[in-house]
Amino acid sequence: MTKQVQRLDRVIIRFAGDSGDGMQLTGDRFTAGTAEFGNDLSTLPNFPAEIRAPAGTLPGVSSFQLHFADHDILTPGDAPNVLVAMNPAALKANLGDLPRGADVIANVDEFTRRNLQKVGYEANPLEDDSLAEWRVHAVPLTSLTVRALEGFALSKKDAERCKNMFALGLLSWLYHRPTEATIRFLESKFAKSPDIAKANIAAFQAGWNYGETTESFSVSYEVKPARLAPGVYRNISGNQALAYGLIAASVRSRLPLFLGSYPITPASDILHELSRHKRFGIRTFQAEDEIAGVGAALGAAFGGALGVTTTSGPGVALKAETVGLAVTTELPLIVVDVQRAGPSTGMPTKTEQTDLLMAMYGRNGESPLPIVAPSTPSDCFDAAIEAARIAVKYRTPVMLLSDGYLANGSEPWKVPSAADLPDISTAFADTPNGDDGTTFLPFSRDPVTLARPWAIPGTAGLEHRIGGIEKADGTGNISYDPGNHDRMVRLRQAKIDGIARDIPPLEVDDPDGGARVLVIGWGSTYGPIAAAVRRVRRAGGRVAQAHLRHLNPLPANTGEVLRSYDRVLLPEINLGQLALLLRARFLVDVIGHNRVRGLPFKAEELAAVIQDVIDSE
Amino acid sequence: MSEHNGDVNGNGGGGARGGLSLVPKTGVKQAMKDFKSDQEVRWCPGCGDYAILAAVQSFVPELGLRRENMVFVSGIGCSSRFPYYMNTYGFHSIHGRAPAIATGLAASRPDLSVWVITGDGDALSIGGNHLIHALRRNVNLNILLFNNRIYGLTKGQYSPTSEVGKITKSTPMGSLDRPFNPISLALGAEATFVARTVDSDRRHLQSVLRQATEHRGASLVEIYQNCNIFNDGAFDALKDPEQRDDITLRLEHGRPIASASKAARRTADGGIEVVPRSEVSEEEILVHDAHRADPSTAFALSRLDEPAFEHVPIGVFRSVERPSYDELMADQLAEAVDRAGSGDLDGLLMAGDTWRIG
Repeated sequence: MTKQVQRLDRVIIRFAGDSGDGMQLTGDRFTAGTAEFGNDLSTLPNFPAEIRAPAGTLPGVSSFQLHFADHDILTPGDAPNVLVAMNPAALKANLGDLPRGADVIANVDEFTRRNLQKVGYEANPLEDDSLAEWRVHAVPLTSLTVRALEGFALSKKDAERCKNMFALGLLSWLYHRPTEATIRFLESKFAKSPDIAKANIAAFQAGWNYGETTESFSVSYEVKPARLAPGVYRNISGNQALAYGLIAASVRSRLPLFLGSYPITPASDILHELSRHKRFGIRTFQAEDEIAGVGAALGAAFGGALGVTTTSGPGVALKAETVGLAVTTELPLIVVDVQRAGPSTGMPTKTEQTDLLMAMYGRNGESPLPIVAPSTPSDCFDAAIEAARIAVKYRTPVMLLSDGYLANGSEPWKVPSAADLPDISTAFADTPNGDDGTTFLPFSRDPVTLARPWAIPGTAGLEHRIGGIEKADGTGNISYDPGNHDRMVRLRQAKIDGIARDIPPLEVDDPDGGARVLVIGWGSTYGPIAAAVRRVRRAGGRVAQAHLRHLNPLPANTGEVLRSYDRVLLPEINLGQLALLLRARFLVDVIGHNRVRGLPFKAEELAAVIQDVIDSE
Repeated sequence: MSEHNGDVNGNGGGGARGGLSLVPKTGVKQAMKDFKSDQEVRWCPGCGDYAILAAVQSFVPELGLRRENMVFVSGIGCSSRFPYYMNTYGFHSIHGRAPAIATGLAASRPDLSVWVITGDGDALSIGGNHLIHALRRNVNLNILLFNNRIYGLTKGQYSPTSEVGKITKSTPMGSLDRPFNPISLALGAEATFVARTVDSDRRHLQSVLRQATEHRGASLVEIYQNCNIFNDGAFDALKDPEQRDDITLRLEHGRPIASASKAARRTADGGIEVVPRSEVSEEEILVHDAHRADPSTAFALSRLDEPAFEHVPIGVFRSVERPSYDELMADQLAEAVDRAGSGDLDGLLMAGDTWRIG
């Protein structure tokens, strides 16, 4: 049978199933094949916080969305063109996101009466006309898998567990994905149990062959490789990029990396990743709690290490006192906050941008620190290096604000060469700096950066004591002098404010130059905002876009940029935290667009909001 | 990367790993005055902290370490002002967190002699968690716990070592909570070195410090310290010439556990009891074995001062060898390099599935 091949410029697939169905792995492998093929891509995993919610229930549904295209794309996509639903719960939980005409591939074997009842279906939707507006492919994925593995010495349960690979094989056929890398992956993943490896590979190949022979699928699709800038690429998630950025920062600062951390969703993968790279001299310390994690990192920084702590919002709350100690002792420290939905425990696996004001102000006293926020998963690499650069150069804790969307999402990344990365090394103090040539003043300052000397234990002649009590300017001795305190508070603030001279100006993207509306954002909203701006421009609208990477201090020209537009729109996944700061600081009537649903913005939604602001001009 | 193996990283390791073997020695003879900073000491007149400071300052010269390789880390409380008065590196941190901060420092710098100065409130109340974890990890620290059984800096509330029924500003009808016994707590956390001494007995204090510094790993030294303002006389029984020799049970490895008039012996059920010397033969007296791997005898000894001050064991309860945390960490780093070579950043970034465009 000759099958028709249809060419598409982009596709959005969502794999959805029970938490135990291996949907994240299936998505990862489809992504790897897609990356290898050369499409641009963006991914959005979405999973419950429960490790195994009751099987077949709505709370137990785990999904993985992948957007891939023959051109550069910015988001994991608003709405899937294809939904793979491994059970009724997966269908029910995701159907609302499906546009009319989308394909649904449903594992009909799991649509039993019991499973249907579990999620409140009174009738089987595959058998009535309730799904008429979609193209439904009812495929017996489980039984086909079991049949394909009949020759293997596997229990029925083990054979059934290979159904995700059958689905992957089918989708790989449907979208012409290369198969070699997945086969290699399965061989190495199950190297210790070759029978399981063979069974998974057989299921994968059976899925592919099923696509080729069945009449259920008469068309397959081709998405040509994207034309990206020349170079070597790999697919990378935000957490992995952030970990690699920290390793690169260690290499490029010539400081040994010390990570003090306590496991917390969605930041733990950074701890996992860094703990695998000890041959870079990296010490990873899984502390007894969040406070000990940052405390140990600060202690290591006192000793001359690149001290890092990684956490999410609840952890930042616990670390606040120690971060304040780092502010006042003026030691380099990187605090990574992979933001998640709050307050309190909130929704650990869902994304949010709600920690900005905590990062800015969540400590006692006047306690300023720089804040850097990456904009895409791969940008976490560069943002980590930038955070380290500022920390080391200015002897200050730096907050790096990633979020769950960046952490778990992935995209192709043009791999940089180590030699092209910035040199962020610094010199430790090694001689007395007092006028008499023998005393050491640990709180004297560099006239330009206002940074104090970093004198580490082991350096003769520079023995000194630091601490949380206010220090006399210069000597660092305990001081309760009112004038000294006022001076020190202002010096610490001036040091952080002065970093504005050392960061790039805020760039505005306005190809036509005539826009009267500016849409500005920060952090992970970059992709959806940029995609929305493209849509508006394609439809003839004029809009300028700017994105903040440095939240504190803000780029020196921020006020000027804001004031040069009639309207400024600021979408944030919070109730207007950056808007509050910009309005207070620049007296500009920023218009907020705020959603806190635990999910990234959709480009379509933002495009409509932007258009509304343009139209209201 | 060769630059990662410099002094700072202190991958050190190898060779003899006892005591302070990895800390560089000075060739110069040192004196007490070398360890006095230029800061005025500001404890209340008569405070036991003065005696401890003087004991430490006059003891450390005999270690012969380079002053710049010594670091004193403290939390919050009266005792935590200690680092300001030592002419070494010092870090006066925040309440309860000194063991955590010192852990990061000691784990990454085996070439340092790191001391934690803490009190009963700092170490056992707000910082209790960090203390037990530093002990179980066997981080290479000398932890001096100044136990005055009261909150001094906040002006006299009861502490986690105050006796039940303590009348203070915050407990006008008496405190309700049962106190911690710091020695029992440390032994429960399987600390490798646990000792008790008294602020006023400089010779004993220094002999304990000597053993603590020779021990590589975490050493916990409880120092009974008099707060003459808010809890004066708390340890008078141990200082009173009339009774101190009768109630103090000196713990010395290999020696019988006995005071002038009492001695310790095994009970039939495996416990320990203290009885008048006249009631036991010399052979019956329990001989102290500080190096015993099983901590239960040491634990039983730590329970002997119940009821308080009837007989109080003083000295080293336990001193056993176990690899220290920094060594284990450095070993893993070295092993990772042995297995796969030093880290190569380009190699790391290019690892895994990559593809080329153009």
